[in-house]
Amino acid sequence: MSSTVKHEEKPTTAGRTGGGSGGFGSLLRLRELPVLIALALLVLITFLNNPLFLSPQGIKDLLLNATIIVILAAGQTLLIITRNIDLSVGSMLGLVAFGTGSIFAAMPDLPILAVLLLGMAFGAVLGMVNGFLVTVAKVPALVITLGTLYVFRGFNNAWAGGKQYFAGDRPEAFGALSVDTVLGFPIITLLAIAVVAAVAVYMAGTRPGRDLYAIGSDPEAAKVLGIKVSKRVFLAFLANGALAGLAGVLYASRFNSVGATTGTGMELDVVAAAVVGGVAIFGGSGTVAGAALGALLLTTITSSLTALRVDKFWQQAIVGILILTAIVIDRLASLRTARKLRMSEARNV
Amino acid sequence: MLSLTGAAKTFGPVVALADGTVEIRAGEIHALVGENGAGKSTLVKILAGLYHPDSGDFRLSGEPVHFRSVAESKAAGISVIYQEPTLFPDLTVAENIFIGRQPKGRSRLISRPEMRRQATELFERLGVPIDPSRVAEGLSIADQQIIEIAKAISLDAKVLVMDEPTAALSGVEVDRLFAVARALRDKGTGILFISHRFDEVFDLCDRITVMRDGRYIATHLTAEVTVEKIVREMVGRDIGTLFPKAEAEISHTVLEVDGLSRSGVFRDISFEVRAGEIVALAGLVGAGRTEVARAVFGIDPYDSGQIRVEGKPLKARNPQAAIAAGLGFVPEDRRKQGLVMNLSVARNVTLTLRNKFVTAGLINGGKERAAAKEWSKRLQVKAGSQEHAVSTLSGGNQQKVVLAKWLATDPKLLIIDEPTRGIDVGTKSEVHRLISDLAGRGIAILMISSELPEVLGMADRVLVMREGRITAQLDRADADPESVMHAATSPTGVTE
Repeated sequence: MSSTVKHEEKPTTAGRTGGGSGGFGSLLRLRELPVLIALALLVLITFLNNPLFLSPQGIKDLLLNATIIVILAAGQTLLIITRNIDLSVGSMLGLVAFGTGSIFAAMPDLPILAVLLLGMAFGAVLGMVNGFLVTVAKVPALVITLGTLYVFRGFNNAWAGGKQYFAGDRPEAFGALSVDTVLGFPIITLLAIAVVAAVAVYMAGTRPGRDLYAIGSDPEAAKVLGIKVSKRVFLAFLANGALAGLAGVLYASRFNSVGATTGTGMELDVVAAAVVGGVAIFGGSGTVAGAALGALLLTTITSSLTALRVDKFWQQAIVGILILTAIVIDRLASLRTARKLRMSEARNV
Repeated sequence: MLSLTGAAKTFGPVVALADGTVEIRAGEIHALVGENGAGKSTLVKILAGLYHPDSGDFRLSGEPVHFRSVAESKAAGISVIYQEPTLFPDLTVAENIFIGRQPKGRSRLISRPEMRRQATELFERLGVPIDPSRVAEGLSIADQQIIEIAKAISLDAKVLVMDEPTAALSGVEVDRLFAVARALRDKGTGILFISHRFDEVFDLCDRITVMRDGRYIATHLTAEVTVEKIVREMVGRDIGTLFPKAEAEISHTVLEVDGLSRSGVFRDISFEVRAGEIVALAGLVGAGRTEVARAVFGIDPYDSGQIRVEGKPLKARNPQAAIAAGLGFVPEDRRKQGLVMNLSVARNVTLTLRNKFVTAGLINGGKERAAAKEWSKRLQVKAGSQEHAVSTLSGGNQQKVVLAKWLATDPKLLIIDEPTRGIDVGTKSEVHRLISDLAGRGIAILMISSELPEVLGMADRVLVMREGRITAQLDRADADPESVMHAATSPTGVTE
């Protein structure tokens, strides 16, 4: 599914060249391509230095590490495309993860599916708080969600205090979600892929999904055209919250302990993943597949730098350089196509 | 097919439209003309469903309608094309046409090939080669309008409203647009065409409706009316003594502009302004008046020509040099260019002459406040305190603060762009008196104004611009509404 989306997406994201150009041009048009190349190079170089990197266990670790961020990045893409952002995702994830621990502590026999749904509902409610504040109070999402980042974290602190829940407090089957594999993929990774596919289809193939791009491209024009801007943005916040909730439950499955500080700082990784994956920070273009690739690239970089025994300090600097590179590439591509458009227009006159 | 009768719309105390009346028949192109501020745009927004009229009768095919949203107006078959089309730059041309109603394939998902096919078909019908797969970003205004028209056709619009569509188009593009409009008319679409260019109106339209001061004046068959009559109806009102300019002694020449040109913006602009004189730059919005003013003040570049202040050549592209030479510039958009909204009144007034109050590298607050107070008093700025942020003042008082700011620099020439735009009627006359006083004190004034009564009441001399050229220079005695309007709109009888 995601491959269809990628190709279909070409014209809207980087298809700014208009006329048919040669191989290099059409390659550049695919906005996700640089990320894919970088990922392939990275994996190859690391593999050559450390063959264990691509052992079945190594691959599984790579996928597991990316899973949570991929889900969060999918939700974040829905918002960034509309020229919004949600910085409170780390706090939402923390609240839901701790909630998951609490639920299992209180009711160990609750079906896992019910817990997943509860977690998503909890996240959706938190997302609605953000959506409501942004669309009704008309304050920029950056400010609102910076506020709720602290508010949600405060609730988490008050609720958890010094308390932590450990994997041993939860049913074994729940932990198995992040251990068992199907066709080499951990189950929670398959869930993440399903999420990305669903969001991708929604954004590329449905009218409300396309409205999101229109809103991010020009909010005023969207209003003039009669697109229900507030409703769409609100629903995007809701969906992002639900996905953060899902990520929170899965976090509790994947990691040993959940407590007051779970998920702190994650929002930056998520936004970085989306930007590296070609989602324009000012909205209007980008794909969820790209954001997912960006998440995979960012988590893989950390793993491979560790595998290559690069100092921890440099790891962060390299991630930063990657983000800057992504932005520069994007800027160069759009400048290049703008120049090309001018030239082709001049010919027409 | 569409009829609007007696529609009114007020915004607080401002009456935007008092009697909006227009009737559009199927298969006709109907022109709507009027001065800036005559209420045309408000009327268009009512048709578009953006504004809800306070009163009036709005019918479509005989049935009364009350649009609560743009979507309802569109669904009823009214499509509006604005001067600046509203396309989504990141989306493809095809998607821009079909946004919100993209064709779906068998999977109930949007089918891009089908969308492209339908878009291509539309463009073939219109006879224009636009690639539906390219993104809208970077398209010329003309192409964007064609896309809007394609959208209207695909919506099966019965009524197409075009709000000054030709303002930004070249000759060839206008011809193409007109060909498309005529083809649509022949298929039975009713078109409302708003334009300031009489040659276009008379060339294209079947009937003409004239508006003035928010009111319907008359509707004529194009074949039975002359440009002169239309102009008279557009401006015909009592100018009277609304804006008296005090007598002032006009002495030496302060500003000389000689053969100023900027490619594609204005050409061969020559004029002079003398001390104590108010010279008005009249013309329609977009005629290039502000651009000339900005070039004179050194904000924008120019290609050729010369500017002299009291005989001395003025450096191009250097506002500092302009200020040093004794020029002041009060921009049209106070909020964006004239004032720092969050700073206090005092700070804003003294912003241009900081260096005068500097003691040992620091600004002397006491001196600064004293100077600000002095000027605010002289201009009767009504502010609670000198320390209040400028954003808390009314539009008229903000304008006074901008004036004070420049007067504090003791200018020889003040360029004022649209001095009373967005200012309530009461404060308007105060601003006028103020400008008149300044001229009386020997300051040369170059005033850009789109309000005819203001131009005629205030100016000693009127320069009329049209499409980047000065088309008339009228002395106070010769300037009347007809002559100014004629020079501003009609290409005939002018020094081309």
